[in-house]
Amino acid sequence: MIHCDAQARASAQPCPRHGHESTPCGVATTSHHARPVRAPFARLHRMLQAGRQSITARPPAGDGSAFNHGLAGRLAMGVFAIVLALPLHAGASSLNTLLGVTGSPTVTSADVDPLASPRWGDMRRMFFADVPVVFDERIRVSGPRIAEDSMNVPVSVDVSALPGIEEVIVFVDFNPIIKVLSFQPTGARASLGFRLKLQQSSPVRAAARTVDGTWHVGGTWINATGGGCTLPSVASASPEWQERLNEVSGRIWPRVDGGERVRLRVIHPMDTGLAGGIPAFYIEDLILADANGADLMRIHAFEPVSENPTFTVDLPAEAASGGRIHARGRDNNGNPIDAWVTP
Amino acid sequence: MSRTHSLSPLTLPASPRLPRFATPPRGLRGLLRLLLCFVAIAGAPHVGADERFDYRLEPVRVADGFYVLIGLTEDFSVSNGGNIVNTGFIVGEDGVIVVDTGPSLRYGQQMLAAIRRITELPVVLTLNTHHHPDHFLGNQAFPPETLAALPETIRGIETEGEGFNENMYRLNRDWMRGTEVVAPSVALTEGRRRVAGRDLEFLALAGHTAADLVVIDHATGTVFASDLLFHDRAPTTPHADIDVWLASLARLESIPATRWIPGHGPVSEDLAPLHQTRDYLQWLATTIHQGASSGMDMAEMLDTPIPERFHALAEVDTEFRRSVIHLFPAAEQAVLEARD
Repeated sequence: MIHCDAQARASAQPCPRHGHESTPCGVATTSHHARPVRAPFARLHRMLQAGRQSITARPPAGDGSAFNHGLAGRLAMGVFAIVLALPLHAGASSLNTLLGVTGSPTVTSADVDPLASPRWGDMRRMFFADVPVVFDERIRVSGPRIAEDSMNVPVSVDVSALPGIEEVIVFVDFNPIIKVLSFQPTGARASLGFRLKLQQSSPVRAAARTVDGTWHVGGTWINATGGGCTLPSVASASPEWQERLNEVSGRIWPRVDGGERVRLRVIHPMDTGLAGGIPAFYIEDLILADANGADLMRIHAFEPVSENPTFTVDLPAEAASGGRIHARGRDNNGNPIDAWVTP
Repeated sequence: MSRTHSLSPLTLPASPRLPRFATPPRGLRGLLRLLLCFVAIAGAPHVGADERFDYRLEPVRVADGFYVLIGLTEDFSVSNGGNIVNTGFIVGEDGVIVVDTGPSLRYGQQMLAAIRRITELPVVLTLNTHHHPDHFLGNQAFPPETLAALPETIRGIETEGEGFNENMYRLNRDWMRGTEVVAPSVALTEGRRRVAGRDLEFLALAGHTAADLVVIDHATGTVFASDLLFHDRAPTTPHADIDVWLASLARLESIPATRWIPGHGPVSEDLAPLHQTRDYLQWLATTIHQGASSGMDMAEMLDTPIPERFHALAEVDTEFRRSVIHLFPAAEQAVLEARD
């Protein structure tokens, strides 16, 4: 029996034994000493440029999955999708739409932070100086109440109840690096699932800018009591990450609403630069497009996104053509990401 | 235990440097008083008999010479000091066998005192069933040469023990004072042997962690299964391999025992803890796998409804969400990386 984040380990920067929860523990980095020092990136870059093996992800054949290409699979999928997807996606967004339509007080003044964070004033100055900003219940941020693994806190942002979203930013009031990512749902649903690193208990917020230039903010508190010191998972300790850098694996599932769900994972250490001697190294841009090159989702990531980032993107019906998704982008060292994701 | 001399904040001698602030400004006076309190707390005597940190351990005799100290089915907290675990001891002809030492030095000391209320025989063997902190952090209180565990458990304590200990200080605060990691030096192997005149059998199983020791007391038909069994309490999975765990449960089920001691929850005279644990783990594994293969996001998995039959398990809401964080990434990776 063991408590949360008790994947506790010989931390490079041990927490004080009698310390308080607020003690910074030198997290917010994906690196640890066991990992090899990064090889010369010029060489890696050339290798990647020189045409790596195809990194198109494919579903397993004949694995009995209800989500294969076949007609029978599609039928069976329908049942699963209704059971699994409906209450989680359609339910939440239709409720929000309903709230918006009925004119419930979903929007409140930015002067009073519903999460009562002492950092809100700073956040407002940092991100929304001189621009209109409101708190809006239609901005939904969901995650665990307690971060079991501070290096991998699952967060799902859904702002699809608001029409006319141009850009969404996600930030964490109390992280040493505050901005987590931003995304532009150019063709995709205005929602994104991913994981982030949490230094200590903090509001995790999303702000969505609508066409009129107003930022709509929502969020949730995620507690990291006893967290903040958790070492990265074994993946980053593995020497093979250099060979697999920027490798994409992913799949596409049909959604019950006729659209599709794309999930993909990119191999990347996502170093924050906060660990001694290891510079910041992270994916900056990831753009999803359909087979014809039409933009669906543009993600701009920062250091607090978890290592080996995993993204969940939903596409409305008819949003994508061609049956496969092109994922391309780059990290801050210029290493390219270029892969196709297929069902 | 001897009562150590205790300093209260009021009797703490003032620092000779303090007079420099003989008439500090009003605001500073409060601050100084606060500082003095901290000094008093930091300077307090380390572990001694202190009624504020009394686990009130009461050994329950479950069979001839077999005693169990039943912990709460809660999570670690300052209110329980980490006493959420079942430990035990077996009184033999010429010695005592201790099974797990609890979450802290204070617990280990108080456990030893509880043993002394029952027998004066020396402790000849002190076992750690696995490397989780509530099962070994009382080791300091017992003779170091008697500490024994499976090799993987010793390795786990050596590599992860310090981290666990730090985390336990954060969760249980002053209950942990003085607690240091002591790894067992004796590596156990599976087998049946006489210890202090008791006919004991050790099973080297796994699944809850990389090594889970089970102790069978053949004379009484009592099985100390530790955290392979949870009873009326949701299982925890930070180091779990569910398939291996289920295989271990199958092996346990074949033992003709009359009494089962789970790591957490009440002692049972039937297989209820085993059935409960298996049912939950099977549901958990299936739920995680189905979620991953149907494209669920991890944040969505946290909202999975828990079937009604598990609602009576203590901490099930919390533990399920923890388990998602522990187990979902691997399941998801397998789905995303699956190639034909």
